[in-house]
Amino acid sequence: MTKKHTDPLERVAQEMKKCVKCGACRANCPAFGTFQREPATARGKVALAQHLVKGDITLDDGTYSAMSKCLLCGSCVDKCPNQVPTDEIVIAAREALAQRRGLTTFHKAVGQVIRNRKLMNLGALAAAVLGPIFFRKVPSTSGLRLRFPMPFIGGSRHIPQIAKKPFMKRHPEIIKGEPGKPTIVFFVGCMTNFVYTEIGEATLALFRHLGCTVIIPQGQQCCGLPGMSGGDLETVRELAEQNLAAIEKHQADYVMTACATCGGALHKLYPLVVGKRNPELKARLQAVADKTVDAAVLLQKLGLHPEETGTGQRMRITYHDPCHHRTAGIAKQPRALLKETPGLELVEMEGADRCCGLGGTFNVYHYESSLDINAGKSKAIIDTGADAVVTGCPGCIMQLSDGLKQAGDKTRVLHTVELLARKIRR
Amino acid sequence: MLDARTLQQLTDIVGAENIATGAQDLICYGYDATQMEFLPDAVVHPDSAEQVSRVLQLANKENFPVFPRGAGSGFTGGALPKGGGVVLVTTRMNRILRIDTDNLVAEVEPGVVTEAFQMAVEKLGLFYPPDPASLKFSTLGGNVAECAGGPRAVKYGVTKDFVMGLEVVLPTGAIIRTGGETVKGVVGYDLTKLLCGSEGTLGIITKIIFKLLPYPDSKKTMLTVFDSIDGAARAVSTIIKNKIIPTTLEFMDHATLTCVERRFNLGMPESARAVLLIEVDGDRDLIEKQAGQIHKLIEPLGLVQFRVAKDAAESEELWRVRRLVSPSLRDVNPDKFNEDIVVPRSKVPDVIRRIEVIQKRYDIPIVNFGHAGDGNIHVNIMIDKSVPGQLEKAHEAIKEVFQAALDLGGTMSGEHGVGLAKQPYIPLELNAEQIAAMKAIKGALDPNNILNPGKMLP
Repeated sequence: MTKKHTDPLERVAQEMKKCVKCGACRANCPAFGTFQREPATARGKVALAQHLVKGDITLDDGTYSAMSKCLLCGSCVDKCPNQVPTDEIVIAAREALAQRRGLTTFHKAVGQVIRNRKLMNLGALAAAVLGPIFFRKVPSTSGLRLRFPMPFIGGSRHIPQIAKKPFMKRHPEIIKGEPGKPTIVFFVGCMTNFVYTEIGEATLALFRHLGCTVIIPQGQQCCGLPGMSGGDLETVRELAEQNLAAIEKHQADYVMTACATCGGALHKLYPLVVGKRNPELKARLQAVADKTVDAAVLLQKLGLHPEETGTGQRMRITYHDPCHHRTAGIAKQPRALLKETPGLELVEMEGADRCCGLGGTFNVYHYESSLDINAGKSKAIIDTGADAVVTGCPGCIMQLSDGLKQAGDKTRVLHTVELLARKIRR
Repeated sequence: MLDARTLQQLTDIVGAENIATGAQDLICYGYDATQMEFLPDAVVHPDSAEQVSRVLQLANKENFPVFPRGAGSGFTGGALPKGGGVVLVTTRMNRILRIDTDNLVAEVEPGVVTEAFQMAVEKLGLFYPPDPASLKFSTLGGNVAECAGGPRAVKYGVTKDFVMGLEVVLPTGAIIRTGGETVKGVVGYDLTKLLCGSEGTLGIITKIIFKLLPYPDSKKTMLTVFDSIDGAARAVSTIIKNKIIPTTLEFMDHATLTCVERRFNLGMPESARAVLLIEVDGDRDLIEKQAGQIHKLIEPLGLVQFRVAKDAAESEELWRVRRLVSPSLRDVNPDKFNEDIVVPRSKVPDVIRRIEVIQKRYDIPIVNFGHAGDGNIHVNIMIDKSVPGQLEKAHEAIKEVFQAALDLGGTMSGEHGVGLAKQPYIPLELNAEQIAAMKAIKGALDPNNILNPGKMLP
């Protein structure tokens, strides 16, 4: 019994030893920045995980709460002199705690929903129809169309409207391109499928413009990251296998995502947490991981000429780096494409690579702290005087839009592909 | 163990949200960068000198120890709650109270992060030079308590050289001010200097008055590579003898270069045996001239490479060599003892040679780098604790390294302090009379020995 519970932590026990508790992680951790208490730092979580392994700490709510105070943004790993993978340690600790104490009701519900595409489709339909009745309308130009009153936190969270028809229901599974051009599997992701369908449309248009064959595997599911936030690695494993099967059905040169989070799941998380018990599965996941590429990176690689696609309309923009891009080394490529787009003037904000505060379900569990982190981000965006903030992650788009609305600001929030695809979508 | 009534009184002082007794908080305030761990009974986060004073008054009344703590980034265990008691965290007191541009002074609370303070004064064209390696996360209170140093010490000095005055809560709970805001002042004992580097044993700092300088016009970074350690060391004394005081003279020995090269493949020349990273700052024309002079002066000393940064980006690239040292070291062995001895700068080659002998005798890798300009060498004894006998060997080697520094007219700690880690070695450097005098001071200020007991003095 105990053995099973410590398994996920044993996976990272060697890595934990690398932490010398120097405190360098205090400097950049957004969670520590807002909570200002040591258990919220990376070294604090490593220390707690070490005590979990030793078994000399009661696995009570305090440890669960400490582990929940992490956005998995990876900034501690970037700045750590010993490159301690605290993100992996936190994932393992959450899994160990979830095994021991069971999932929270909330995370159980999250798992139920993300494992069931039919339920998600149904829910999306209901939300699209019923949403406007329950929510107050705000101007559509904000990138957010609804306002969800949240009396218990004394404010109102701005959440986006669900699309009337999911992206995947609008398109066939295979969209044939020109012979000799690459074949691309498009891993759509829930936010793009159900909420920001325009991101999906723009991505599709761009790759069709390049003559690629685009495959949208109908069997694909949620990437599972929301489940991981609560330690529900079983759901992640289940979804990883389903996604793997859906992707492997097709011969493709690339597996492409327009969502930094989904990209992070396919590229890093799956091989890390799924294949441990099954080397054959791990090898297959690694093969998909090796083929996984972000939309902007692939567009640059395939030689997109933004002057053929962007509108040329004058616009001052600033770019926000999603954490799952930063940790994968994606920063220059989207900026290069945006800079080449006629009419766009890119101005850098302070701390462009700092987390926006979403962090999976961190945003739900620690909403006020999430807002606090987001407020700093909004200020940095507003200080640039840009007309729009551009990024490569629909999750960040939702969070940035919320932050800017809370700040009473009108800066637009757009995905890189939306700006790149403007002309060809007319 | 604290009883329920005492805990309630502590809660009354700091407020329920600023006291923690849960296992998680006790663990997270029980470590620092030494790899040692001691669990406290409670952690408090006071917000004012008055709250600190009340905690200390209660501690005297109820007889429990109090361990002041900033960011907990110390290398010698100065903030560790050995024996249990209350950890008092100063990070809520993190306001920059004022920056006086007429008199070039600033008043801050102890919990301000060093880099945040530097950035705030730099925005006004002012300069706070002390730059410990931990500046991005360590706090000013901790810097003062440990008298932190850094690469710029060769030209500007260390933390204590910038502290003009303090507000301190004495171990009995009395709140006093020391020093002031004037450059001159000779009334009474210099308690400010006594408290700088006192490692939280004589008082808890609640406000600091710092001296500031004008921000230097510009700076120039040079990376110089030598074919011998002697060449690098002679370069240091030659530069200074010729009346150029660089801001920084950072040094890396052959073992360090090998580590960095193996891990990051920087393309160092084959003949490289030592590197000096030199930085000069000041008037633009002057530093151009100085860079030229430095090149000419060190050329005959076995120089095999001389690179000058053209701009800030290139400067950062040159500094990268130095910054990569830390992540490279673990490739040698997983555990390290980072000792910070100091010798007169001309004795740097002698001490390195002595350390080479020690390394051979004990057969454990020792990697040296540090601040050659002020003779402060970081001696990294790399071991694998899981190998039987290595830990004991390391302790013996450390003792000999300290003795080597002392024999050459140096000291066994330049900037990390004594804390718990170096306490056993104190009699190597201080004699019985010196220790007795220090104990008399501690006894007079802290009659019940409640403030950071068991630290520094044996």
